[in-house]
Parts: sequence; structure tokens; C-alpha cells
Amino acid sequence: MTDFLGVPIPVLLGQLLLGLINGSFYALLSLGLAIIFGMLNVINFAHGAFYMLGGFVAWYLLSRLGLGYWWTLIATPLVVGLAGIGVERLLLKRLYRMDHLYSLLLTFGVALMLEGLFRHVFGSAGKPYPVPTLLSGGLNLGFMFLPMYRAWVIVVSLAICLITWLVIERTKLGGYLRAATENPSLVQAFGINVPLMLTLTYAFCVGLAGFAGALAAPLYQVSPGMGSSIIIVVFAVVVIGGMGSIGGAIVTALALGVIEGLTKTFYPAASSIAVFVVMVLVILIRPAGLFAREA
Amino acid sequence: MNMTALSPSLPKSNLARSIGLILLILVASILLLAPLLTYPLYLIKILCFVLFAAAFNLVLGYAGLLSFGHAAFFGGGAYIAAHAAKVWNLPFELAILAGTAFATIVGFIFGAIAIRRHGIYFAMITLALAQMIYFLAVQMPFTGGEDGIQSVPRGYLLGIVDLENITAMYYTVLGGTALGLVIIWRTVNSPFGHTLSAIRENETRVTSLGLKPERYKLIAFTLSAALSGFAGSMKAIAFQLASLVDVTWHMSGEVILMTLLGGMGTLIGPIVGATVVVGLEHFLATSGLPITFIIGLFFIVCVMMFRRGVFGELKHFLQRRQA
Repeated sequence: MTDFLGVPIPVLLGQLLLGLINGSFYALLSLGLAIIFGMLNVINFAHGAFYMLGGFVAWYLLSRLGLGYWWTLIATPLVVGLAGIGVERLLLKRLYRMDHLYSLLLTFGVALMLEGLFRHVFGSAGKPYPVPTLLSGGLNLGFMFLPMYRAWVIVVSLAICLITWLVIERTKLGGYLRAATENPSLVQAFGINVPLMLTLTYAFCVGLAGFAGALAAPLYQVSPGMGSSIIIVVFAVVVIGGMGSIGGAIVTALALGVIEGLTKTFYPAASSIAVFVVMVLVILIRPAGLFAREA
Repeated sequence: MNMTALSPSLPKSNLARSIGLILLILVASILLLAPLLTYPLYLIKILCFVLFAAAFNLVLGYAGLLSFGHAAFFGGGAYIAAHAAKVWNLPFELAILAGTAFATIVGFIFGAIAIRRHGIYFAMITLALAQMIYFLAVQMPFTGGEDGIQSVPRGYLLGIVDLENITAMYYTVLGGTALGLVIIWRTVNSPFGHTLSAIRENETRVTSLGLKPERYKLIAFTLSAALSGFAGSMKAIAFQLASLVDVTWHMSGEVILMTLLGGMGTLIGPIVGATVVVGLEHFLATSGLPITFIIGLFFIVCVMMFRRGVFGELKHFLQRRQA
């Protein structure tokens, strides 16, 4: 068997695959964060909590209500999106005119409440979640074994990221969204319901986080802490990529997942801090972020 | 510390001055007599968090920087102080100094990195940097992982006073906290402090006056980190324990809540906030209610209903009545 820098190739590829999967989740979350920031000027600290909520909703629908995996995958983002509408309409909406810091603190409070509630009700231990039968098993690629479910996660996340990017950059709806980012009052004057658009944007992005949670459920166990551990990494991703560009957010997320995977292969002790080290380097070299448009 | 010094914008009336003096004497005597009334260890906890919140307020309330990573200084200082006292067998004062020095250095480095970005980016960067310290605390052998560093010896104050005596420990922490608060008070009321407030209000204008805001922010951030480390070190020695709890992002969130709840940008606010939050947690710990959930609820209520905080609202009310 061939080696690369003393690491067997299948092991390396396996870690790269894991890195790509983590990267896919970072991409789904940082995409949502970037859009919410662009439209609402809010850093949504609760994004990780909604990801966790997605995991739990999927777990509940599957194991308690007996809904199949595929229906669960469709229903979960809707439920989480509804929760997002509630948060936006009841709380966030009132803070748009204030300093950004207040909406950050508000969503931090929402994150704490959700995490605290689920920890109280379900305990800290993870809930197992079965891989759907259609996607169990794997493919033997000759040089490595590719579990079907992992391949599915990467494909579907990338597809969703790509579709979202196309909708925002290439369609009329996306045009309205981008226009409302630049000048909301002018867009409103053209007869477009901007507040509704903001609510739906928030709901969509939060639903995306919920979808990621449901997608992650069979890979990692569903636990109350899953949101807070991912959101900090996603913040680092967003700092590295800069929030000006959606494409940039996706590319950065995948690249960092891969870097994390590689660190795990070559120097496992540093894998949990690899992303943060990259962040520090980027801040030192290019303070505004790699794909930034901000001043 | 009297009331008039807290609000330089108010005309210093003799009445306010004497009320402030009476209050100060009252609070001082309560603090001196407090160990007779309740558990000294509980009071020590309050004092450590009072200093932590007041130090945090220096960056949030005065420099306008929202740091989401202050747990790294508080908890990191605690680990180093505990290690210094237990493994290096350093005396009490040097152990505290070691913890504070560590927090100062880390604060300087984190500050130098984070102030390159503004606003919410600053918050996200400090959070990510602090998470590095958390992961290091989980992984490095000397921190004891999930167990933390336990049964840290308290030692002797100046080689004479046995700090195993809990009352002596209380008065030592009281002295340390008072010292920290005086440093903060002096800083805020100095030309340096006024420049900080000016940066918070309008950074561009401060730059146009020929000052370098970055330098001021970095000094304030480092000082705040040092005092947070000081508070954490005292807590570690007094409780004879340094653990992961103090370096988690929940801790960074908690100190934000203390400052926000009490009233940021006021000297008294964080003191009130820390006392309320520690008291609340003390009460909740035995109630079986989910603490994190209720802390989150407090956050939302503070942000939605009273952004000035308890003391800030009170001050605002008094100022309006006077006007």
C-alpha cells in the first residue's frame, strides 16, 4: 500500500472525506449566517441552537411519531423555520434599529434557552439515530470504502448550497433580496414587502440550519451540546471568509473542513484548534477576510 | 467611590456627595461584617465575580468592545494560579501573580489580534480565540481534563496569615477585589478613560484628533484581561479548584449578562449584576430548575426590556427627575 508522508493513502482519503462532511455542515450553516447578516444585519448566535433543534425534531419525528427518514428530512426544516419566524417576529424585529451587539446578545440568549431546555428535558447524552436503509452500506471505490450515507450528505449539502447561491445571484427574487440589502427603504418604496421578506429570509436560513441538523443526526448523535460546539467553528469560518460573499462562505467552509481533516491525520492533538489557528493567520495577513467586501 | 464621581456629567451637589459617602460607609461596613451573617465562601464567589464583571465592563461599557472570550482570562488565570500553588509550591501572592501575568500576556495577544476587526467580528474572534484556550485546557496534561486541578493549597498571606481560615481568606479576597475596583475606577476617571469613552462614541473623530484608537483599545483590553485573570486566580485559590467550567463560552456569556443586567458603562452596574447573577445561580442550584434556560431568559429580557441595566435605569431615572 502506498504512503503519503508516512500516512497510508486510504487513511488519508478517509480523513479527507470526514473533513469534507464537516465542511458541508459548516457550509450549510455559514451560508445561512452570511445571508442573515447580509439581509438583517444580525449575527445569529442561535444558528447552532437551531441546528441542534433540527436534530431533535428529526429524532422526535422518526422515533416517536414513526415518520420515515425522507419525510423527516422535509418536515424538519419547516418546523425549525416556523420556530425561526416566531423568534424574528416576536424578538429580533424590534432590534433592527439598535446596535448590532443587541441582536447578537438576544440570539445568544435564545441559544442558551434552547440548549438549557433540551439539556433539562433530554439530558446531556446523545440520542442514536439510524441511517436510512436506502443509504446504508457503501461503495467500494477500489482505493477506499465510501459509506453511502456520507456520500449523500456531501452531495445534498453541496446541491443545496449551489441552488441557494444561484437563486440569490441569478433570479429576480434574489435580485430583490440583494437590493433590499443595499437600500431597504427604496425597495419598500417600489412596493415590495421588505419586512415579510426579512422574516422569510430568517426562516429559510434557520430552516437550512435545521435541515443540516437532521442530516447530521445519523452521523453524529443528537445531543443538546451539538449546536454550541459547531457554531463557534462556523463563526471562525465566517471571520475567515468574510461575510460579503455567499460563494466565499461556501468555499471557505469546505476548505476548512478539509484542513481540519488533514490536521486530524498528521497531528491529531491540534485538530480541534486547527480552524482557529487558520483564523488567526488570516486576520494577521488579510484582516478583512479572504472574500470580504467590507471596508 | 462616591456617587458623584460615577457620573461626571451631573453637577456635584453637596447632598449627592454626602449621600454617596453614607452609602459607601454603609456598604463597607456590611462587607466587613458579612462573614458573621452568611457563608464566607459564597461571599468570596460574589466578590470574585464582581471584580470579573467590573473588569469586563472596562472593555464593553467604556471602550465599546464586546468580548465573547473573557472566560479565557478568568479560567486561564485560575488554572495557572492553581498549578503554581499546587505543583510549583509558590506562595499565595506569587501564585496569584502568576495567574494574573498569564491572563495579561494572553489578553495582550488576543487583543492585538482581535482589534484588527470591528464590531461583531470582534465578538466572534474573541469567542474563537477563547475556544482555543478551552480546547488546550481539555487536552493539556497539567490541567487534569474533566477533573480540573483539585485540592489546591491556599497557603499563607505574606507568610503569616493562615488562609485555611475561611474568614482570613474572605478578607484577603475582599482586599483584592477592592484593589481591582480602585484600579478600574482610577482608569475610568483618568484622561485615558475619557479617551476610551470618546473612541466608543466616535472612533473616526478620535483618530482625526491625532490619537491612535488601536493603542487605547489594546491597553484597555489587556488591563481588563489582567484583572479578569486576577479575579480567576483568587477564585481558584479560595475554592482550591480550577476547572473547565471557568473557561467555557458559557462563562464568557455569564459575565456579559452580569454587566448587561447591572448596567454597562457604569461603575456600580457590574457589581450589582454580578451579585444578582451569582445569587440567582445559588438559588437555582438547589431548585432543580434548568439554570442555562433561565440565564438565557434573563438575557432576552435584558436586551428587550431594559438595555441600560438595573443601575443604568436607576441613574437615568434620577437624571431625568433632576432635569
